[in-house]
Amino acid sequence: MSQAAEAEIENYTLNFGPQHPAAHGVLRLVLEMDGEVIDRVDAHIGLLHRGTEKLIEYKTYLQAVPYFDRLDYVSPMNQEQAYSLAVEKLLGIEVPRRAKYIRMLFGELTRILNHIMNIASYAMDVGAMTPFLWTFEEREKIMGFYDDVCGARMHANYVRPGGVSQDLPAGLIERMHEWANGYTKVLDDMEGLLTENRIFKQRVVDIGVVSKEQALAWGFTGPNLRASGVPWDLRKSQPYDGYEEMDFDIPIGKNGDCYDRYLVRVEEMRQSLKIIKQCLEKMPSGPVRVNDRKVLAPPRSEMKTSMEALIHHFKLYTEGYKVPAGETYVGTEAPKGEFGVFLVSDGTNKPYRCRIRAPGFMHLEAMDAMLRGHMLADVPAVLGSIDIVFGEVDR
Amino acid sequence: MTTGIEGLREISARLPQVLGGDFISADIQRGELTVFVKRESILKVVTTLRDDPQLAFTQVIDVTAVDYPQRPERFEIVYLLLSMSLNQRVRVKLTVGEETAVPSIASLFPCADWCEREVWDMYGVFFSDHPDLRRILTDYGFEGHPLRKDFPLTGYVEVRYDVEQKRVIYEPVKLAQDFRSFDFLSPWEGIQKLLPGDEKAAPAPAKPAGT
Repeated sequence: MSQAAEAEIENYTLNFGPQHPAAHGVLRLVLEMDGEVIDRVDAHIGLLHRGTEKLIEYKTYLQAVPYFDRLDYVSPMNQEQAYSLAVEKLLGIEVPRRAKYIRMLFGELTRILNHIMNIASYAMDVGAMTPFLWTFEEREKIMGFYDDVCGARMHANYVRPGGVSQDLPAGLIERMHEWANGYTKVLDDMEGLLTENRIFKQRVVDIGVVSKEQALAWGFTGPNLRASGVPWDLRKSQPYDGYEEMDFDIPIGKNGDCYDRYLVRVEEMRQSLKIIKQCLEKMPSGPVRVNDRKVLAPPRSEMKTSMEALIHHFKLYTEGYKVPAGETYVGTEAPKGEFGVFLVSDGTNKPYRCRIRAPGFMHLEAMDAMLRGHMLADVPAVLGSIDIVFGEVDR
Repeated sequence: MTTGIEGLREISARLPQVLGGDFISADIQRGELTVFVKRESILKVVTTLRDDPQLAFTQVIDVTAVDYPQRPERFEIVYLLLSMSLNQRVRVKLTVGEETAVPSIASLFPCADWCEREVWDMYGVFFSDHPDLRRILTDYGFEGHPLRKDFPLTGYVEVRYDVEQKRVIYEPVKLAQDFRSFDFLSPWEGIQKLLPGDEKAAPAPAKPAGT
């Protein structure tokens, strides 16, 4: 009897997912376990692979925009923005100032949208239910703003090459002001539940520690990189769409553990709120799309009276516009990290190649190194803290 | 240290000196620097770019490929590098055919591991000395390399759950309607000699009498 109890326990493999509530989608982790300690992690991804890059090669530049909503489906507009910037760079056009401000405004709203989703579901993964209920009410309000500008709650298709699809409806700025003033309270309440919470801290402090050097070597970007103490934010270092005019700070962490990643995201929401308020106050007037009939269709009212406008409308919605041959890479600071679009044009109306650089892909790759030596129960904690969404990892 | 486009020109001017014979060409377009290097020496190139203090391209942002089937070496492998200290980006490119391998840089940059796996999966470009070159995004047991230009958009097989066999089965793709690929390239910009439809007139077979 005692002999059997002392017998060596062999390593065994364990499947985490693909149907696991804490896997944030369809991730299959093959864990090699030594008792309850993880020896090796083999992530099997691609269960949500839809061939976005291939599909885009068969669509016109305008038809490709909605695919970007469906990559990281909790932060749609940031990705539309990255793609639009790439197309605009190839076309050599610059969008009007108001369009830039609207893009920034919605970019930061989307950042809050994303961080709420991440933090709330993360808290739920490690055992806290209430933050989810409280913050998702706010998330619903932000989606209401999405609805107001484009009619869809999530898959917006609002930011387009050449500007945004339509102007803000009347009264929206006032409503956003009201929301922005109230949101700080919700954030404080949520922090009151989590930040100093004993149980929460036990689950996340000193778990999944990533040093500065490791974070750089594994290609971390965004909040995950900053939590390891690297002050790098593309909105500051390579500003796009008028971020250079905004006053905001970049929060960085010290220890690079799950707790720091949480803290960085909370502080980022406060900074986003600051940018949102500045956008709302300084919102310039004027057009929201470039006045170039070869790229963007004329307004509907003009189409009814002008033959030329009608021709432009027809041409743009059948053939689309041709983009000069060339290639470009545009990296933007999406809520999860550097979201980049590498676009190759051969001079026709369809992209020759559209490579999507998703931040989550690199973050997930580091799971193996991050989890080695941790307990099985830490898998959801680490996975939740690096903010993975499979829409963008699998593309 | 100069920033912006001037800094990029300095980098571009410095590259032939530090890379020597591995350097082929450099070009700045739209404020972005593209460098072509020799395939065999990619490891040496990324090491130099990383370790030279005046370049310091320490970050591999992405490794990807572009397919040009009409070229003798059809694939272009693109390395997107970032220097955080200089705040500059560079695109390093090399060409490769279907049969040749590219040296893997995963030993130097761990984050390139999955990117190279993806290029292998999507384009079938082989990376030598890669620690674990398996398919990554496609299905278990998938055949072909979907992002190649000669791979059809619809693919070759489709899956469905078969009620009788009580499992998921694979079948050849059956389209309810033919895949339509329209030629949108401006038929009205100048009339060509051959009008659309003219080609049908030439080989008209003689109709059998009485039909």
